[in-house]
Amino acid sequence: MIEYLTSRNFIILIIKIVVIFGGVMNVVGLLSWVERKMMARVQMRPGPTRVGPFGLLQPFADLLKFVFKEDVIPTNANTLLYIAAPIVSLVPAFLSFAVVPFGPELQVTDLSVGLLFIFAVTSLGVYGIALGGWASNSKYPLMGAMRSAAQMISYELSLTLSVVGVLMIANTLSLRELVISQQGTWLSVIPRWNIFLQPVAFVVYVISGTAETNRLPFDLAESEQELVAGWHTEYSSMKFLMFMMAEYANMIAVSSVATVLFLGGWNGPMFGPPLLQMILPTVWFVIKVGAFIFFYVLLRSTIPRFRYDQLMKFGWKVLLPLSLANIVVTSFIVAIS
Amino acid sequence: MIQLLFIFFAALAVGSAINVLIQKHVLYSALSLILMLTAMSVLFILLRADFLAVINVIVYAGAIMVLFTFVIMLLNLPADEDGADRLRWLKFIGIPLGLFLLFLIAVTLWNVEPLRTAQTPMVGSPQAIGKSLFNDYLLPFEATSLLILIALVGAVVFAKKDL
Amino acid sequence: MIPITWYLLLSAVLFLIGVLGFFLKRNIIALLLSVEIMLNAVNLTFVAFSSQQSQISGQIFVFFVLVVAAAEAAVGLALVIAMFRNRESLNVDRSNLLKW
Repeated sequence: MIEYLTSRNFIILIIKIVVIFGGVMNVVGLLSWVERKMMARVQMRPGPTRVGPFGLLQPFADLLKFVFKEDVIPTNANTLLYIAAPIVSLVPAFLSFAVVPFGPELQVTDLSVGLLFIFAVTSLGVYGIALGGWASNSKYPLMGAMRSAAQMISYELSLTLSVVGVLMIANTLSLRELVISQQGTWLSVIPRWNIFLQPVAFVVYVISGTAETNRLPFDLAESEQELVAGWHTEYSSMKFLMFMMAEYANMIAVSSVATVLFLGGWNGPMFGPPLLQMILPTVWFVIKVGAFIFFYVLLRSTIPRFRYDQLMKFGWKVLLPLSLANIVVTSFIVAIS
Repeated sequence: MIQLLFIFFAALAVGSAINVLIQKHVLYSALSLILMLTAMSVLFILLRADFLAVINVIVYAGAIMVLFTFVIMLLNLPADEDGADRLRWLKFIGIPLGLFLLFLIAVTLWNVEPLRTAQTPMVGSPQAIGKSLFNDYLLPFEATSLLILIALVGAVVFAKKDL
Repeated sequence: MIPITWYLLLSAVLFLIGVLGFFLKRNIIALLLSVEIMLNAVNLTFVAFSSQQSQISGQIFVFFVLVVAAAEAAVGLALVIAMFRNRESLNVDRSNLLKW
């Protein structure tokens, strides 16, 4: 075993894990700045400007504030579950990045069932919210947690089913193969992305992904106007920071998977010297994920919130039949051609 | 290396299964069962059934146990009531008998002749399972969809307040 | 390599824990959880044999066991909710109206 632990493959694996984990942590911090700045601009105000140039050091200031805040645990709260809930929420959010291909060689591991792994890990994230709300022993968190958990498991169905069309076209579950199958172009101008082959599935996936990560317009579980802060009402300082990081990491994970499945991953026109060509795929990937995040923040700034029964009706009566119909139509077309 | 993984996750599975029995509050039992299900998934991966391992997490730990957790949270019971506990002596007979049964099984397994291992190793990839499921086992597959429909209707009817 | 006997023994231990839980617990939901432990132990046996015989049918059977377990958990929990509405208690000893 010692030979494996000191072999070159293992050391490269450790370096990849550290790079990707560190990168995602930093992007989560940057994302909070992006969100505040963009929402502020949409609302015609400047946003954070004081801390650092353009307010870029605001996430660090927030981090310091969270670290130094007092950590309050309510008296009647179930202590073990109360402390475990943010961890149960954070770990699946970061675990999804173990299989996402950031570049031709920049992927921690390429599981043959990589896509199912991401869905498995997402479905475990429901427990963090349910336990957090229940362990707080207070009515607003419990209501928010139950609503949010019911919403997440309802939209998981259309999330998983909308992807089956892409799987039928690409014939593989591994994310690296999915990206490689989208190389090349049609008529040398339109890239061979799955969004052109499966537009309905793309729309269903984006909407379900927004609902899965509890973002507006589906965020009634943490709506500030109705429930005080939803399931993280009773949480303070580091535990609240973990919940927030989990939400941002989930958002980036959903955007990354949407990029890999529908927008061709790290594919893009290659030009320039070999050194530039080494980092160019990752640059294309980051640009595409950035476009998704831009879209998510824009969605948050502009659209009002769904009511709970409207949300459940939409998930079960509109999105689920739509994704099933997409599967049927795609299977006909794939079987014929 | 693989032995270490097996021993660790087998101990985790057995430990969390015993924890399901020991806990007084049923929510802790449900959470221990989730831990046991993830340990079983790793054991499936060690047996190279990777599709089933991930399906185990998605279906069992991610859907069925969420159902259990919801029901436990919504029924909101206090810890296990200790009422008329006339079965207290049952533990002291049941557990030794159970261990005796385990001893019998272990002796049988050790004394049977070793099973012949097949030549070509098989990986439980999605392609292999799909090929077999939709060709040889198509009828049971369609029958399970009917079964799930029946369970759906049954669950909705039973849980309604007034029909 | 891990000999298959280890997996079978582990599965026997887990099944035994499930059986003990089913006989010794009085909470209905704990009984359902013990049934799930038993089903998981059986799943492990099927997958172990399927890996050793290099046949995929073991894993197909696990698939069906999973589906049946899901259906049974759903209907069982609906029954638990209906029972709870009537009796306000989840003790199985209280459900003894059919006793002589």
